[in-house]
Amino acid sequence: MFWRKDELVCQQVVELVSDYLEDALPRSERRRFERHLAGCEHCAEYLEQMRATIALTGRLTPEDLTPMMREDFTALYRGWLSERD
Amino acid sequence: MLTPSGRRARAQDDDVDLLARLRAGDEEAFIVLVERHHDAMVRLARSFVASGAVAEEVVQETWLAVLRGLDGFAGRSSFKSWLLAILVNRARSTGVREHRSIAVGDAGPAVEGSRFDVTGAWMSPPVHWIEDSEDRMLADAMAGRTHSALEDLSPRQREVVLLRDVEGLSTREVCDVLEITEGNQRVLLHRGRSYLRQALETEFGVV
Repeated sequence: MFWRKDELVCQQVVELVSDYLEDALPRSERRRFERHLAGCEHCAEYLEQMRATIALTGRLTPEDLTPMMREDFTALYRGWLSERD
Repeated sequence: MLTPSGRRARAQDDDVDLLARLRAGDEEAFIVLVERHHDAMVRLARSFVASGAVAEEVVQETWLAVLRGLDGFAGRSSFKSWLLAILVNRARSTGVREHRSIAVGDAGPAVEGSRFDVTGAWMSPPVHWIEDSEDRMLADAMAGRTHSALEDLSPRQREVVLLRDVEGLSTREVCDVLEITEGNQRVLLHRGRSYLRQALETEFGVV
């Protein structure tokens, strides 16, 4: 395969993915990145996998406080109220 | 469904509302606020200190510092990032970092060099794993794998990934909370996310 000198290769693309998603690429670099993606299904897949990874990372579900923790924090709050007044 | 930014905007409104109520002596408002941020605080503290018990202590100390310093919250930043910045300061002064055996280095490629040919093109391309259905169990298993892989990251990477991708803080907020530069933040985030993607590909990739 013939690469134009100013075109990105896959190995460079995977290092720029985060900056791309963070919108931190200079405009010319961003254009080169998108040009590469348009013609490379593997890098397009890679970008989608990074997006999916970020979404999965965000799926942590909060747990409720245990009754004991609730007591501790209530005591902490009451202590603060009394030192304030 | 609320967009992430919509959800955040409302959480911020609620936080400010809860703060006003707890100032007025509303105990339940304080508990609601504590509950809302507890997991995020413990997870983040856990990255700095040696045990879960110490992390819980740091969280309690943080809340006491927050109550005593309420007048210092000017509302310029979100309550959450103000809270987490206080937590990080306390955790840093308390904590000796735990030495983890397999922490991922902060430098290094996003993808093993051996997967590319000499021209830099994919030789061993990404294996497809993205869920293409509404399979809840598969999605839960993937999320579970992502969260166990978080443990392999270096503490610095984990802190950035937790704040950005779990807690949804902005780049600016993450830099303020952790006192790092934007460039540094991006490097850590890139390395952390790349590692998590690879962990998912290894476990769920279908050849």
